[in-house]
Amino acid sequence: MATINKNAIQQVVTLVSNKRIGAYHQILLNVGDVVKSCRPGNFVAIRVGGDSSKMILRRAFAISRVADNSQYGGTMELIVAPHGSGSKWLCSQQEGAEIDIIAPLGTAFGIPTEPINALLIGGGYGSAPLFGLADVLKNRGCKVDMLLGASVGSKIYAPMEGKRSVNSLKIYTEDGSMGETGRVTENLLDIVRDRNVDVIYSCGPMAMLSAITALVAETEVIHQCAVEESMACGVGICMTCVLPVQNEDGTTLMLRSCIDGPVMDGSNVRWDLVGKVPEALA
Amino acid sequence: MTLPVDMSTTLGNAWFPAPLFTASGCASSGKELAQFFPLNQIGAVVTKSVMSKPRHGRPTPRMAETPSGMLNSIGLQGPGIDSFLANDVPWLLEQKARVIVSIAGETVEEYSTLARKLRSVSGISAVEVNISCPNVENRGLVFACDPDASRRVIDGVRKTIGGDLPIIAKLSPDVTDLPSIARGVVDAGADGLALINTVLGMVINIDSMRPHLGGKTGGLSGPAIKPVAVRAIYQVHAALPKVPILGMGGVASGRDALELILAGASGVSIGTASFGNPSAIIEIQNELRDLLAARGFATMQQAIGYAHREEA
Ligand SMILES: Cc1cc2nc3c(=O)[nH]c(=O)nc-3n(C[C@H](O)[C@H](O)[C@H](O)COP(=O)(O)OP(=O)(O)OC[C@H]3O[C@@H](n4cnc5c(N)ncnc54)[C@H](O)[C@@H]3O)c2cc1C
Ligand SMILES: Cc1cc2nc3c(=O)[nH]c(=O)nc-3n(C[C@H](O)[C@H](O)[C@H](O)COP(=O)(O)O)c2cc1C
Ligand code: FES
Repeated sequence: MATINKNAIQQVVTLVSNKRIGAYHQILLNVGDVVKSCRPGNFVAIRVGGDSSKMILRRAFAISRVADNSQYGGTMELIVAPHGSGSKWLCSQQEGAEIDIIAPLGTAFGIPTEPINALLIGGGYGSAPLFGLADVLKNRGCKVDMLLGASVGSKIYAPMEGKRSVNSLKIYTEDGSMGETGRVTENLLDIVRDRNVDVIYSCGPMAMLSAITALVAETEVIHQCAVEESMACGVGICMTCVLPVQNEDGTTLMLRSCIDGPVMDGSNVRWDLVGKVPEALA
Repeated sequence: MTLPVDMSTTLGNAWFPAPLFTASGCASSGKELAQFFPLNQIGAVVTKSVMSKPRHGRPTPRMAETPSGMLNSIGLQGPGIDSFLANDVPWLLEQKARVIVSIAGETVEEYSTLARKLRSVSGISAVEVNISCPNVENRGLVFACDPDASRRVIDGVRKTIGGDLPIIAKLSPDVTDLPSIARGVVDAGADGLALINTVLGMVINIDSMRPHLGGKTGGLSGPAIKPVAVRAIYQVHAALPKVPILGMGGVASGRDALELILAGASGVSIGTASFGNPSAIIEIQNELRDLLAARGFATMQQAIGYAHREEA
C-alpha cells in the first residue's frame, strides 16, 4: 500500500498546444482524469529527449493550471523556460506529440479554511503555479494580491485571464523594461503591513525565497514557498534533492524537496545551510 | 506459444521467486515505489545502505546528469540502523516484500556492530555489505579497493552474524584485479557478490570553473557503465563459477538484464533506471521473461553464465 504520492500516475499523454509567451513556452497537455487530484504547488516529472536519448532523467515542472475542459477532457498547463537540452526538447514538441509524464507529485500549497489576505509572489516562471492558486484562494473568499518579478519583461509570465483572479498585480523588473524597476522584495514589509497580509505564497529562485523569509521573520506572516532543487528521480528514491529543514525540536534534517516539498514553510528552511551540511546529528 | 519460464533464483541459501531486485540507494526504503508497483512482485527490495548512526550525507549539488548516465554524491544520508529496523523493515515485511538489508560503515568495527543488530531481526532474506565506503582508519581509502580491509570487513560480519543469513559483498569496479578481491571476500565468508557499485567520476562546471558536485567526485551509474558491469561479472564468474552474483550497472531493459545474466549474474538489481521510470523493474522483469522464453530457456537459472559455455 502506497503512503507517498498516492495520486501519482505515470502515463503517456498528448500535447494539445505549444505557444510562445515572451521568453517561455506555454504547453498544454491532455492528461485526462488525473487533473482531479492535481493541487496548486504540485509538479510533474517529464521524460525528455525521446526513446534513444542520452538524457536518462526526468525534468520537473510546476503544474501551472489544470482544467476539466469540455473539448479535451482534463488538461494541464506548464510554463517552460528553454534552459538546457531537456527543457529545449520539450519546448520544441509540436501539437500531437506524445509525452511521458508522472503527476501529480510533491506537496501542495496549504489552502486556508478562513477567508484571509494572501500575497502571492512569483519570480520568473515561478508565477506559473500562482495563477491556479489564486483561483482556488479567490473561490474561498480570500483577498489575493500578487507581486511578480524578473530580470527583464519577457520573463514575466502574467496571462490576461489569470489577472481576473487577483485583486491587484504589481510587476517589477530589474532593468525596468516592464512595471517598476527593482525586485519583488523592494517594499515587501510595507505591503505586508498596509494590506494586513496573513499568508505569503511564493515560487521562484531560491535567493528570492530566502530573502522573503528573512524579511518576514519578525512578523506574524506565514510564508509558504515552493522550492526548486535539482532532482534526479522526483519521487523520493534518490536523495539528491535535499534541503536543510529545521524540526520542531530544533534539529536540522536534510529533507527531500520532491516529497517533503516543493511547498515548504519558509521559516523552517535553513537557507544559510543550503549547499552545506548541518551540524552533526546526535 | 512459449512455455512459462521459471524465473526463481537463489543467492546463497536465500530463494527468490523473481530475479529482479532494487539496487541499494535507488529505492530508498521501498515505500516511495509502492505507488508504482506491488513490492512483493520483484525478487527483493535492497534497501539504502544504512550506517550505525543517523547521517546528513554530503552537501548539494548531489547529482549531475552525464551522457547516458549520472554522477551522484549522496554520502550515505540515512536514519541510522535503529530507526531503520524499527520503522522501515517492519513496513516492508507487512507488504510481503522480501528484504535485503544493505549496511555500510566507516570502520571494520562499525560493520560488525551493524551485523550484530541484524542478527536478531527475523524476516530478512540477506545482508548486502556495501564496502565502497571510505575507511576512516586508513586515510579514507575505500575498503573495496583494499583487499585486506575488504576481507576483514566480511570476516567481522560473518563472525558476528553467525550461520544462516547470506552475506553478499558489494564490490567496486575501480580496482586493478577484481577477481582477487572477490576471492578474498568469499574466503572470508561471503556467500555471494554484488557487482558493480558506481564508477568514480567528476564533472566540472565550466561557469563556476570548479567541480560541480558538493562532494567534488561522484559515482557514475546508468547505461554508461553497463559494459563495465558486464565485464566485471564475466571476469568474476569465470574465476568463481560457484559463487552467486547479484549483477547491476546500467540495466534499463530486459535485454540489458539478460546480458548480465549471460555473463554470470544470478539476479539483477535496477538502480538508476528507476529514476527515469519508477516501474522500470517490473517492465524489465516482464521483458526478461519473454526474452528467455524466445531463446528456449525453461528456467532463468539455465541462462546464468551461458556466455561462458564452450564453443560448439
Ligand atoms: C519542483 C520544480 C519545479 C520546476 N518548475 C519549473 C517550471 O514551471 N518551469 C520551468 O521552466 N522550469 C521549472 N523547473 C526547472 C526545470 O526543472 C529545469 O529548468 C530543467 O530541469 C532543466 O533541464 P535541462 O535539460 O533543460 O537543463 P540542464 O541544465 O541540461 O539539466 C541538466 C540536469 O540538471 C537538472 N537541472 C538543471 N537546472 C535545474 C533547475 N533549475 N531545477 C531543477 N533541476 C535542474 C535537470 O533536471 C537535469 O537533470 C522546476 C524545477 C523543479 C525542481
Ligand atoms: C543516487 C544513488 C545512490 C546510491 N546509493 C548506494 C548505497 O547507498 N549503497 C550501495 O551499495 N550502492 C549505492 N548506489 C549504487 C547502486 O546500488 C548501483 O550499484 C549502481 O548505481 C549501478 O547500478 P545502476 O546503473 O542500475 O544504477 C547508489 C547509486 C545511485 C545512483
Ligand atoms: S529527486 Fe530523488 S529523492 Fe527527490
